[in-house]
Amino acid sequence: MADAERTPGFDTLAIHAGAKPDPTTGARATPIYQTASYVFDDVEHAASLFGLQAFGNIYTRIGNPTCAVLEERVAALEGGTAALAVASGHAAQVLVMHTLMQPGDEFVASTKLYGGSINQFNHSFKNFGWNVIWADPDDLAAFEKAVTPKTKAIFIESIANPGGVITDIEAIGKIARKAGVPLIVDNTLATPYLCKPIDYGADIVVHSLTKFLGGHGNSIGGIIVDGGSFNWSRDKKYPMLCEPRPEYSGIVLHETFGNFAFAIACRVLGLRDLGPALSPFNAFLISTGIETLPLRMQRHCDNALAVAEWLSKRPEVAWVSYPGLASSKYNTLAKKYVPKGSGALMTVGLKGGYEAGVKLVSNVKLFSHVANIGDTKSLIIHPASTTHKQLSDEQKTKAGAGPDVVRLSIGIEDKADIIADLEEGLRA
Amino acid sequence: MNHDSYPDSYIRGILNTAKTVAMVGFSTNTSRPSYFVFKYLLERGFRVIPVNPGHAGKEALGQKIYASLADIPEPVDMVDIFRASEHVMPVVEQALALDPKPQVIWMQLTVRNDEAAALAEAAGIKVVMNRCPKIEYGRLSSEISWMGINSRTLSSRRAQNFGTGFQRMGLGEGKKSEN
Repeated sequence: MADAERTPGFDTLAIHAGAKPDPTTGARATPIYQTASYVFDDVEHAASLFGLQAFGNIYTRIGNPTCAVLEERVAALEGGTAALAVASGHAAQVLVMHTLMQPGDEFVASTKLYGGSINQFNHSFKNFGWNVIWADPDDLAAFEKAVTPKTKAIFIESIANPGGVITDIEAIGKIARKAGVPLIVDNTLATPYLCKPIDYGADIVVHSLTKFLGGHGNSIGGIIVDGGSFNWSRDKKYPMLCEPRPEYSGIVLHETFGNFAFAIACRVLGLRDLGPALSPFNAFLISTGIETLPLRMQRHCDNALAVAEWLSKRPEVAWVSYPGLASSKYNTLAKKYVPKGSGALMTVGLKGGYEAGVKLVSNVKLFSHVANIGDTKSLIIHPASTTHKQLSDEQKTKAGAGPDVVRLSIGIEDKADIIADLEEGLRA
Repeated sequence: MNHDSYPDSYIRGILNTAKTVAMVGFSTNTSRPSYFVFKYLLERGFRVIPVNPGHAGKEALGQKIYASLADIPEPVDMVDIFRASEHVMPVVEQALALDPKPQVIWMQLTVRNDEAAALAEAAGIKVVMNRCPKIEYGRLSSEISWMGINSRTLSSRRAQNFGTGFQRMGLGEGKKSEN
């Protein structure tokens, strides 16, 4: 497999991309380089590394060989040119925007997002002078109208949190292309196993590695994937990429690094100065988790579909939002963008409203009541009082997190046990 | 040769065989991409001869700068072109006038001139366009992987250390015979 004539399949890449046996010891598993720094050959070598003239590790805030395996693996799986692993999904979003936006700029964001992203955009980003313009991804005309001359990026989720929504990536990609701005897609809920947004026009993909990629609920992490497709120099809108950088003696990053310049900019400008580095140990756990991504994601999807179908027939249930159900308004988009399955997440509205939702969350025994998704274990939460709590009632409803909504992240346990636990919880 | 996509074996073969590289459009400005490539290739054992009429006679990193390919007093294996696509043809014509001819014409990122490529290939010269030898060496040696870049390679064989220095890799795959 020394030459790239034959592209390896997804399952092979999930295990092998980015990894090599250690040349000194022969260690097959990725070593955990639990080191802060790296010895230089001499002053010349150090200067070359600091000046970006040589490839290599300098300091774990900026890069680490264990993290590099994770980065190459996710880039390969997404079909990107490069990736940058960071401390959390939130940090990934900060670094992406830090590279693209100047104070006073705008970005258009889908209203159907994880509550944490909505808060980040409405509050912290506003403090930086990065102004979010909200638009409903189900209304493409309104989405296009939200673009102004100040717009520098568009942000959507492929499968949207808390559940049941698929975004039309290709259509919004066309809007982004017309506006001359990059399309950023948070692909956390789908993972590249179900959907590769770059194939549909995404220029940048972000993930919370904490979720399905890591897969086991043990490590917080985030990643930025460079799609390698955007022309950063065309309209001179992105000074970090197309202007001489004073931090690096005037080099122009896009010119020097070509189709992976965006990932490099996030690393050598943003990560270097803002510092949200990923722990090498977390990177090790997450990349180990990724080795079984295809198996886990398929099981998540198969279990979730069975649970969604079972729930829709229950007398206690008013509605189930899961794109895999034929009744879902997103079922057609699901067949296009996530043909292997609609993911693990769904939202459920109970006939007993808010109280019934609280009771269900309190009564389940197998499901874990946590603020997380994408674990091997089945998880449950009431978004309105937690993940989406800081939103207004109107924003909550727009995001699909109204007061009666319960969110389920279906795990990979035996399907019969998952269903039995929900049955107990509903009946109690 | 399909110039939209090169097999790794083609690129690896070129980088393993070329010993002397003439860099046309070399800039003495240490922030320019050509300087980066110049330094990197020198550190990996290539002989690199800078060519730039504006700086002829001066030196960069101990290498004498020549005004043109014709002025270089030794045989050149590869001509590496850092000029816009529309200025490539005269450079290729000068390369073809060399004796002995180079084995490879390499054009940097965004540089692509299919007419000049065809001329060179008709004379039996290998052509690479819209690529950077530093990036390709980095990719095939896996050095580039340290920066989180997708090397698009996959191997369970032992990677080859360059031989001297930390974090410097060779292009082979552990077996000395592969080089």
